[in-house]
Amino acid sequence: MSDSTRVPAGSTLEIRDLKVSVADKEILRGVNLTVRAGETHAIMGPNGSGKSTLAYAIAGHPKYTITGGQVLLDGADLLEMSVDERARAGLFLAMQYPVEVPGVSVSNFLRSAVTAARGEAPKLRQFSKDLKAGMDALSIDSAFAQRNVNEGFSGGEKKRHEILQLELLKPKIAVLDETDSGLDVDALRVVSEGINRFRAGGDTGVLLITHYTRILRYVKPDFVHVFAGGRIVEQGGPELAEKLEAEGYEAYTKATA
Amino acid sequence: MGLETKPLTTLHERSSYDVEDFPVPTGREEEWRFTPLSRLKGLHTGAAASGGGVVVAVEAAPEVTVETVGRDDPRLGRAYVPADRVSAQAYGAFEKATVITVPREAVASVPTVITVTGSGDGTAYGHTLVNVEPMAEAVLVLDHRGSAVYADNVEFAVGEGATLKVVSLQDWADDAVHVSHHHARLGKDATFRSFVVTLGGDLVRLSPSVAYTGPGGDADLTGLYFVDAGQHLEHRLLVDHSQPNCRSNVVYKGALQGDGAHAVWIGDVIIRVEAEGTDTYELNRNLLLTDGARADSVPNLEILTGEVAGAGHASASGRLDDEHIFYLQARGIPFEEARRLVIRGFFAQLLEKIELDELRERVFAKVEAELEK
Repeated sequence: MSDSTRVPAGSTLEIRDLKVSVADKEILRGVNLTVRAGETHAIMGPNGSGKSTLAYAIAGHPKYTITGGQVLLDGADLLEMSVDERARAGLFLAMQYPVEVPGVSVSNFLRSAVTAARGEAPKLRQFSKDLKAGMDALSIDSAFAQRNVNEGFSGGEKKRHEILQLELLKPKIAVLDETDSGLDVDALRVVSEGINRFRAGGDTGVLLITHYTRILRYVKPDFVHVFAGGRIVEQGGPELAEKLEAEGYEAYTKATA
Repeated sequence: MGLETKPLTTLHERSSYDVEDFPVPTGREEEWRFTPLSRLKGLHTGAAASGGGVVVAVEAAPEVTVETVGRDDPRLGRAYVPADRVSAQAYGAFEKATVITVPREAVASVPTVITVTGSGDGTAYGHTLVNVEPMAEAVLVLDHRGSAVYADNVEFAVGEGATLKVVSLQDWADDAVHVSHHHARLGKDATFRSFVVTLGGDLVRLSPSVAYTGPGGDADLTGLYFVDAGQHLEHRLLVDHSQPNCRSNVVYKGALQGDGAHAVWIGDVIIRVEAEGTDTYELNRNLLLTDGARADSVPNLEILTGEVAGAGHASASGRLDDEHIFYLQARGIPFEEARRLVIRGFFAQLLEKIELDELRERVFAKVEAELEK
């Protein structure tokens, strides 16, 4: 993709003692994490540990109530911003379950999103070229551009569509929420290649949330964090993922139960 | 069945050309209970002063004949007998009727456009007959604008194997009152497509109905409405399947915004004993964009035969889906634009059904303008 109006060097996402509730139930109990440009962090943990809550709370989903802490992107307080302001500030969330939006075509949606991200409408010819190249790279049939957003897409098609947006929008920090779930091996490889292109394409940080170590064979993390009971309970390098692969989460779930 | 719920068949059995056969409605009757009678400007009591003005202009396809005829023309009222008091009032009071004839096997090369423009004074009554003779094909546009208190009946007589596509646009000024019946009578293997767009007016009550006189009839009724603060837009559909192997499909969608915005959708479908092999579906969806708006949506399906090919209905009224808005906003699209995209999307599939490019663009622009309000 040719556009490179974005990505000043050295963006940093800082999560400080973040506490989040859903319907008066505390889910996140003080999360501390810093993601710098050029780094890939994997957050791993058992189901129900609060991994997705972290992703959606950072993005500003109205269901989640922040009860404490801060989330800063290059020093600016994301929690003070609306959902769209956060995205325009350079945050991207690839969703685990992207919703269908009836009547809104993929191409119309992507053009609106790219226009919002860049602050001006892309030249139509260049946009069409970028879109085509992006879809080809992710093995998405070009007919999808005319289909409604996520409507009738398979699980794998939805995830590829998320990564297509990641590559077109070029955020400073990308949060990928279980992008690997529900993918077969071929789709996992295609999606991972997209994430790696994104990582190679600029000075960007990635926060990759996953339940399984499988995707980490394709997308190598610099840091691995184990999430349990609404906070990070252990941190390490890639070797920690291998340990989880061998031993599972049992030690952590028992400890927090 | 309780005392309150009469069978549809009994509800729709009364019809007469004589207004005196219908008592003045009180608002408690099933067919009037949603309509604010005080805003009908006397159309329902007979108190409305006639002599007011609408100007009817017709731009016809060259293959089509247009006549303006008097009350005594024997062709009038053959396809349709008035089914309620205002309809009978209009039938008893119109002075001139417009008769459009599409001759046998003729294929109209361009749409025929009837423009009804209200001039803002008094009450007017109208009558239109569109006679599509066997194997003929035509597209008709009914375009209502201006300010008027107007009651009328439109008869669509669609002959054997003929096709009629109608777009009826209620694009009235804010103070207009319009009560109208659109009745389509379909011959054997006839095709009828109706696209209703209601945007303007203080009160619009439009009752499209379909009857079949032979097997193989196919009716597709689509509607789109956008209700603003204080507006009452009511659509009452009736499809009466009395012949075997006919089809009907009804899809109406509306958006409402502002205090006192009120939409009413009644979708009655009767499948009579003789109507074996009927295939019917009806759907109504309402999008409530603000507090203070109200949508009443009542689908009724009465099946009197055991042999149907398909019969179903669905109705849903709700707010914009937060998850849709969140998804778009999470990609940087500001809230207002996200909202517009989702509402446009809600109507998009309906708009695609308008085959006339110019008209589709006009309706699209109107919907956009409503969203800007």
